[in-house]
Amino acid sequence: MKKSTLTLVALVPLAFFAGYYLTSTATVAPVITADVSYSGGAAVGGNAKKSVLNNMPTGTVHEVKDGQLIMDAVKAAKPGDVIQVWPGNYTETVYIDKDNIRLSGVIIEGKRPRLFGDGHLNDAILYSGNNIVIENFLITKYKGNGIMGQAGNNFEIRNNIIEDTGVYGIFPQLGENGIVEHNVVSGIEDAAIYIGMSDHIHVANNEVFDSVAGIEIENSRHAIVENNFVHNNTGGILAFVTPGLPIKDTVDVIIRNNWISNNNTKNFGAEGSMVAGIPAGTGVLIMAADKVIIEDNLILGNKTAAIIITDHQNAPNTTLDPESDPTPDEIMILNNLMYNNGYDTVPEAKVLLATELKQGNPDIVRVGASNNSCINNPQQYISAGVSDWPACTFSNTDTIVNYLLDEPAAPRSVDVKDKGKYAYLGICTGCHAYTGRLIGPPVQVIQSLYMDDPKALAAYIANPIKKREDYPAMPKQDYLDEETRQAVALYMLSVKN
Amino acid sequence: MMILSMTAALALNSSLISLSPQCPPSFELTAQNQCVLVTRYDHYDSLHNKGVGGTKTALPKARDGFSPQQIDLGRYLFFDPLLSANHKQACASCHQPAHGFSDGKALSTGSNGDIGTRSAPGLWNVGFLKKLFWDSRADTLEQQALIPLFAPHEMANTAEQVLADLTSSALYPDLFRQAFPQSTGLELSQVATALAAFQSSLISLNSRYDQYAHGYQQALNEEEIKGLNVFRSFVARCAECHTPPLFTNQQIAVIGTPEPEGMAFDPGVGTSPELSKLRGGFKVPSLRNVALTAPYMHSGRFATLEEAAEFYSKGRGHAVPKGEKLLLHWHIWEPKLSPEEIHQLAVFLNTLTDESLMPVIPQQLPSRLPLPAELTTPQLDKGSTK
Repeated sequence: MKKSTLTLVALVPLAFFAGYYLTSTATVAPVITADVSYSGGAAVGGNAKKSVLNNMPTGTVHEVKDGQLIMDAVKAAKPGDVIQVWPGNYTETVYIDKDNIRLSGVIIEGKRPRLFGDGHLNDAILYSGNNIVIENFLITKYKGNGIMGQAGNNFEIRNNIIEDTGVYGIFPQLGENGIVEHNVVSGIEDAAIYIGMSDHIHVANNEVFDSVAGIEIENSRHAIVENNFVHNNTGGILAFVTPGLPIKDTVDVIIRNNWISNNNTKNFGAEGSMVAGIPAGTGVLIMAADKVIIEDNLILGNKTAAIIITDHQNAPNTTLDPESDPTPDEIMILNNLMYNNGYDTVPEAKVLLATELKQGNPDIVRVGASNNSCINNPQQYISAGVSDWPACTFSNTDTIVNYLLDEPAAPRSVDVKDKGKYAYLGICTGCHAYTGRLIGPPVQVIQSLYMDDPKALAAYIANPIKKREDYPAMPKQDYLDEETRQAVALYMLSVKN
Repeated sequence: MMILSMTAALALNSSLISLSPQCPPSFELTAQNQCVLVTRYDHYDSLHNKGVGGTKTALPKARDGFSPQQIDLGRYLFFDPLLSANHKQACASCHQPAHGFSDGKALSTGSNGDIGTRSAPGLWNVGFLKKLFWDSRADTLEQQALIPLFAPHEMANTAEQVLADLTSSALYPDLFRQAFPQSTGLELSQVATALAAFQSSLISLNSRYDQYAHGYQQALNEEEIKGLNVFRSFVARCAECHTPPLFTNQQIAVIGTPEPEGMAFDPGVGTSPELSKLRGGFKVPSLRNVALTAPYMHSGRFATLEEAAEFYSKGRGHAVPKGEKLLLHWHIWEPKLSPEEIHQLAVFLNTLTDESLMPVIPQQLPSRLPLPAELTTPQLDKGSTK
């Protein structure tokens, strides 16, 4: 293979997102490039690269090549490590229940590592750790989700291609501070990109198409959806409150600068799912969400309407939840370009137009209640249900670059002393009372034996031996890591009651 | 392992019982004589403090802050058949320690032999729940505690008789004074407080799953991890409602499980036309210690975990009676789980078993009544994970 004459340095200024730049020789390991801006021109604007992680990875690089299992590398990896997956076919479910892991595909001459679910595997990538990066994969033919996060904070999911994969393409849930950008997602039975019960989220520069819903923000707060190409879905961009979930509201969503076109695909959502009720041809759908700003989008050729705003009462398939507010309040429609929408709309929309003595193809349809909402330049649009909305008091969101956190969301406590206390009370006290016999000997007796030697106590609990005829053998506590064993030994020797 | 009480036996030889001044395991005693829950999940946070998420997510806020004496009094009351009208049934009759604090039956039997319409729920970790009963009709443990006492098909008692029996017993008035030193007399609300206090002390968070969640990956074997991945996959979607770390999101769900043969359809939460969208809806139960609480679902229709898991794979609404219109939950769909995956789910659910903080069953009761027969049969070691 001919060696590239380009150097890494020459490529760096052209980088428009973080990634790996390679020579064409596969034997050269990719290098993570530092962030360097092209100089000249205007000051840093909204296109500044965003990261929710503080540092470049510092750990070991684990390479995975075709024929190997990614999971073997995940099992071996420690927090801070990078797992580089080389082009090839990988038929497995990758689950990451660790923190600080960068799962990174290596792209060689356009070839990516391909996660192939073969139509029977459930999900391609699951993570529950914090500070997870997933990038540069091609994911296809899974039954469930492409990339699914369960409560991981500070995540970056970027530069993945997800095709014909189950229910959700990218689905971070119950986390905060995350970025979903530069992904191409298509052929998804529910939402291509679905942000569920999450806070401080940035969804940008993705292409989503041929799915039931393009991008869905559900029961989430502080999310920006910008610069996405959303086309040929049933519904384009959704901001929802789904009743019956433990987190009850959707607040502070900015939908701006997206290209939302021709979302006229016949609804193929699963029966009973919330999205199965979306009329084909919906550009933007707001259901019961509050403080949603719709700004500077191109909304073109969506046959039912450019924007539909509804409460729960007028939406199908919604359950009853007294704790969820069913009304979309403070919807703010700024300037948008809406063209050629509503040309084959639903009868309900025509009825709503008729009640305002209007005719034509609707751009905006609002049903049910909405309080304190506003719209700029409403005369541009054919609309139902917004004629009594006042003008907004502002015209743009330029000062809001993103809603991400300034610092990564931190674990609640990393104090070693607390580790000892939590383990002592949560585990040891089940068998050891301070005085008196429970299952094991009293803590006072243990203190008298080990008072000067917490290390010996820590070593004992990892590998106990039966010492007392009249007591049962102690089970191993080796599932506690060494730091916790030391901490719990110290704590046990210090308790006074 | 079930432990028999020695302290209680000793105390009853004298005329008075001294309630424990120590908090139960996993609780820390404060200077104000309150027991505050401490667990390894205190390392973590959860979004909006809802206590739902993934492996390293904080629990929902627990009911705690009861005194050690209130908890210990509640323990005696919980096991004492004095609380039923005919002095034959205790709370523990349907909430037996050996069955994960449920009773091993599809439908529970009252003190007069009446068969109820719902399955006794297990009580481990009940202090984390915001709503009680299958249909969520109680908001607090205290509110819940008194309802079975006075239900005709359960303990069939009256407030007057409960108070009269407790007041006239030789030992209880003194115990109530120890637990409620500020109070001037024995009151029904104190019974409720003590029962709530004891139940909130039933903590099960040391299962092998928990060891895995806290970072010890060897705690689960390959098949159990496969089961975990099926459980949280978006195909089976179990974790969407049975969300870690408590394995419930505490919401109402309409899933359309069948009743036992011959039993009328139970509308659950949806008892009125205004609540028709919740017809057939029940509270999502926690799955902690679920392997101990067969049979499953609100009326105990499924005998095994495999059968319960299989229900979700048999098709949306397949068991809804003809003529019933239910707004089934959106996660009820057709996941087409393989028999192998259903087995793996059951294997995983067994890793949620932990009885390491089992309370001591009092062998002699302050009322001098015998323990109900269902509690005195020898208990086998159920192989707790500790």
